[in-house]
Amino acid sequence: MLYREAGDYKKSYAEDSQTFPLKLDRWAYYALLAVAFLVVPFVINDYWASAVLIPFLIWSIASLGLNILTGYCGQVSLGTGGFMAVGAYASYKLMTSFPDLNIMIIVLLSGAITAAVGVVFGLPSLRIKGFYLAVATLAAQFFLVWLFNKVEWFYNYSASGQISSPTRSMFGFEVTGPTASASAKYLFCLVLVVGLAWVARNLTRGRIGRSWMAIRDMDIAAEIIGVNPLKTKLTAFAVSSFFVGVAGALMFAVYLGAVDVGDTFGIQKSFLVLFMIIIGGLGSILGSFIGAAFLVVMPVLLKNVMVGMLGWPSDMSSYLELVIIGFLIMLTLILEPHGVAQLWRVTKQKLRLWPFPH
Amino acid sequence: MKFKKLTAIAVSALVAASPLMANELEFPSISYRTGPFGANGAEVADGFSDYMTLLNERDGGIGGVRINAEECETGFNAEKTVECYEATKDSGALVYTPLSTAATYQLIPRVTADQIPLLSMGYGRTSVSNGDVFPYVFNFPANYWTGASVIVNHLLDINGGSLEGKTIALAFHNSAFGKEPIRTLEALGEIYGFDLTLLPIDSPGQEQKSQWLQVRREKPDYVLLWGWGVMNQVAIQEAANIRFPMENLIGVWWSGSDNDVIPAGDASNGYKAVTFHNVGTDFPVFDDIQQYVVDAGLAAGTGENVGTILYNRGLYQAAILAEAVKVAQARSGVADITAEMMRDGMENLVINDEIMEAVGLKGFGPNFTVSCADHGGPGLGAIQQWDAASQSWSLITDFIEPDMEVIQPLIDADSAAYAAENGIETGRCN
Amino acid sequence: MYDQLLYGIEAAINGLMTGVMYSLVALGFVLIFKASGIFNYAQGVMALFGALTLVGIQSGQVPFAGLINAIFGTNIQNFGWELPAIAAIILTIAMMILFAWMVERYLLKHLINQEPIILFMATIGLAYFMEGVGDLMWGSDIKKIDLPIPQGINNTIDSLTYDWFGYGFYIDNLDITASVLAIILVVTLTIFSQYSSTGRALRAVADDHQAALSVGISLRSIWVIVWSIAGFIALVAGVMWGAKSGVQFSLSLITLKALPVLMLGGFTSIPGAIIGGMIIGVGEKVFEFVVSSSWFGDAMGFTMNATENWFAYVLALVFLVFRPQGLFGEKIIERV
Repeated sequence: MLYREAGDYKKSYAEDSQTFPLKLDRWAYYALLAVAFLVVPFVINDYWASAVLIPFLIWSIASLGLNILTGYCGQVSLGTGGFMAVGAYASYKLMTSFPDLNIMIIVLLSGAITAAVGVVFGLPSLRIKGFYLAVATLAAQFFLVWLFNKVEWFYNYSASGQISSPTRSMFGFEVTGPTASASAKYLFCLVLVVGLAWVARNLTRGRIGRSWMAIRDMDIAAEIIGVNPLKTKLTAFAVSSFFVGVAGALMFAVYLGAVDVGDTFGIQKSFLVLFMIIIGGLGSILGSFIGAAFLVVMPVLLKNVMVGMLGWPSDMSSYLELVIIGFLIMLTLILEPHGVAQLWRVTKQKLRLWPFPH
Repeated sequence: MKFKKLTAIAVSALVAASPLMANELEFPSISYRTGPFGANGAEVADGFSDYMTLLNERDGGIGGVRINAEECETGFNAEKTVECYEATKDSGALVYTPLSTAATYQLIPRVTADQIPLLSMGYGRTSVSNGDVFPYVFNFPANYWTGASVIVNHLLDINGGSLEGKTIALAFHNSAFGKEPIRTLEALGEIYGFDLTLLPIDSPGQEQKSQWLQVRREKPDYVLLWGWGVMNQVAIQEAANIRFPMENLIGVWWSGSDNDVIPAGDASNGYKAVTFHNVGTDFPVFDDIQQYVVDAGLAAGTGENVGTILYNRGLYQAAILAEAVKVAQARSGVADITAEMMRDGMENLVINDEIMEAVGLKGFGPNFTVSCADHGGPGLGAIQQWDAASQSWSLITDFIEPDMEVIQPLIDADSAAYAAENGIETGRCN
Repeated sequence: MYDQLLYGIEAAINGLMTGVMYSLVALGFVLIFKASGIFNYAQGVMALFGALTLVGIQSGQVPFAGLINAIFGTNIQNFGWELPAIAAIILTIAMMILFAWMVERYLLKHLINQEPIILFMATIGLAYFMEGVGDLMWGSDIKKIDLPIPQGINNTIDSLTYDWFGYGFYIDNLDITASVLAIILVVTLTIFSQYSSTGRALRAVADDHQAALSVGISLRSIWVIVWSIAGFIALVAGVMWGAKSGVQFSLSLITLKALPVLMLGGFTSIPGAIIGGMIIGVGEKVFEFVVSSSWFGDAMGFTMNATENWFAYVLALVFLVFRPQGLFGEKIIERV
């Protein structure tokens, strides 16, 4: 009753193919955007921005990217951390080499560079499948991190090998550097998230997305009906790496401000993003966001409950945090193996009928 | 209903993290008791916290104002460090001691923008000792470069003043932390005529066979160890395995804790490390800690860590900061000081025998003074040696001076580059 | 050049030994993957947990002491006894069996017939969970393993090779011990799976779950057995690696060393795990030796070091491009 697909009539093709074909969805989406753009920037403080919202937005981009590759195209990748590092170092080199270049262009260019690198490391996917591919992409992870640590050109020959982001502004507002305001940083990330999520949503609905899914579901069958596996897999790697590269660039330039490559873009980050999409839901845009929220916001929340409200010792709390998160992951999988996004689909199904039983 | 309740808890939990101004001296302790370096981080955090508890219990705080040294756990993770920093910075935080070189690099621009001092004692970015460029960052009384120089000076001592033709290998953690001493050692190598071999070891460093086979082949006279966490234990064990003479293996202070030598057992006997404070519990302050903190059940940890190297380092850090608070209180005439007054106090800090004796730490660390231009102090360091039979460290030298003529130009160059890169105006101290 | 050759051989032999150490971790993976198709991410944490439990029981530590003290305000740390090593080992094995039973009862039972990636994710949840529980139970300080494990350079080999070549080879006694243990483990496992009825059932399950079920093999008890054995292997790996570095959190990261071994040897082959480990070990040690040596620098104009982390993966990648199922893996047959 509350949620209905029926009765929403379309009068033109354009209406029929819009991003959110359902009126209800559309209004919910507009409301969410309005809050995100018009309310949040005015109430946000440094803590909310740096500890909760900005990491959430950045990890959402990364998990969108990986979800395109793994969820839609079926290619398991554990190289996400390495590709994020490519984005970060690309943006650092661009920022320091072209001080006048707009930061938005720098971030997008970093994504493009990462896409190119992603395609190169995607080549083995034509031969290697499943878990074997997952472990093969680890080669990218370790090699890239090693490379950024080893070749001094990447960090402009600084003594310690750390890179730190200079201040850059957009429309007169600083978005990177230590003095950038919380709302400027937040809005910058939000614009990118909204733009990229829109791109992802429409890509996955279109021809390219369908060919990805064909490859995922049965690659040989897809090949027989005329989907070119080389082109399809490599576009998936390119698009996915573009997203991941943008996330890496934002992570470095906007969020952390200084990066030690092994520490920030290590293997555990690759795993983290993979956890996000599995928990959120493979092959679901919404799931990418839910997964990022689960693994980024949840620990902060638990920590604040246990240390801040209950006053437990901080070490005990962080052990318990591990136990609780592990437990929740297992519980989620037992209750709903297809991720939290599936729960939402089931809820929608229920809402369609509610309050009537049939 | 249930869901509503959960949401309510969730929202209030996130809100609870927002700042509350309190009439206390805030020393947010950004610590890590978990994760790959948890065992080390816990000892430092215990020392820091126990000393602050002692001041509260015995003296009622500093200058009558109680101290709040609440811990924020990071697990040695960059993102959690940012979260901890943002959660505590508006609560009137006086000073940060992040205990991680990577985190220090991250926090330097932030604390400068937020005008809160940061003390990286024996870690972090070395060139911050130029107070002209880094007004809010301190790294007294010693840093990586002075540490490297002190080790070289010690080697000069035991080699009759010449290292001509000797080879020194540096086995280092392949990160910002491990790379710090390379330039200093290269500069010193040119002066004293020793060869430097670099042996990078990737984090975490559980597998170092290649590096130690190389040591065995090339037989360097000395190996310097610049590691943290599991890398240290494995390095000491591997060095023992290839029968490398332990007294020729010298660690930085982060490679010279009890945790590093105990797993190798008797094999680690004779291992040396440089340090910037004394070892053991032979100081009056430890009686007070036993009485007011451990016996009262207020110890941050189990109380077992009291007197370990890293515990002493945490304690030393707390003691020096407490002295800086006293200076700040005296100079401003206010008991409940602000971060800016704290900075002023740290910048005018003088540590001498009298002060150290008054707090029951006579001879625990070297004397030093801090000034506007010099945030690093003289960088004195001593050499400590492990005795496996008695399971204890002892200092085998006095506090040695580093080659400041070599280090100062490096500091000036690096800080000038930072100032140029970030458009910082210098000349504050003239 | 002669001495460089000797050094190279020494590096290769050490690589062989190190490879066996990697294989010890990989073995547990293979067992579980064969029997249940689960890629068990928690294997490294199991190694940590096993070693922690062993040391904790042996030194008479009170489990969950920190938690108990925090809740009840007590101050208990230790039972005040020292158990003999053998008793501690038996108790630890019992603990690992209990753990295997609990994993089956509370986790795997609910996830039968799920996709591999979901099962993989479940083991990640398990890894988080155990890491937290392990720390809560035994604390996070670095512990020394108190077992008579030989360590250090093997003098016999050193002097023998010195007599032969004029250069004594360095072989670590710990590595020799690990190799002997690995051989014993592989032989026992092979005999067990070939000749015992449980072993046959195990192979049947590995071949086809449904066929095994239909001839009356209890899938659930087989899983408990497999996880127990994997737990035991994890304990051995944990003790061997822990002997070198002390038992501490980083022990759980040895998983990363086992991954390239697995993909090179194939996820389903026990001998593959051993041989894959050796190839990886030799490859990475020799490569590191070559690219960091001065003659390589003279010839190429640059040297590299600390390459071991990525080289193992790149080596495995190269092998995989030619044999996508790993060296000893079962051929992947795809039907449309």
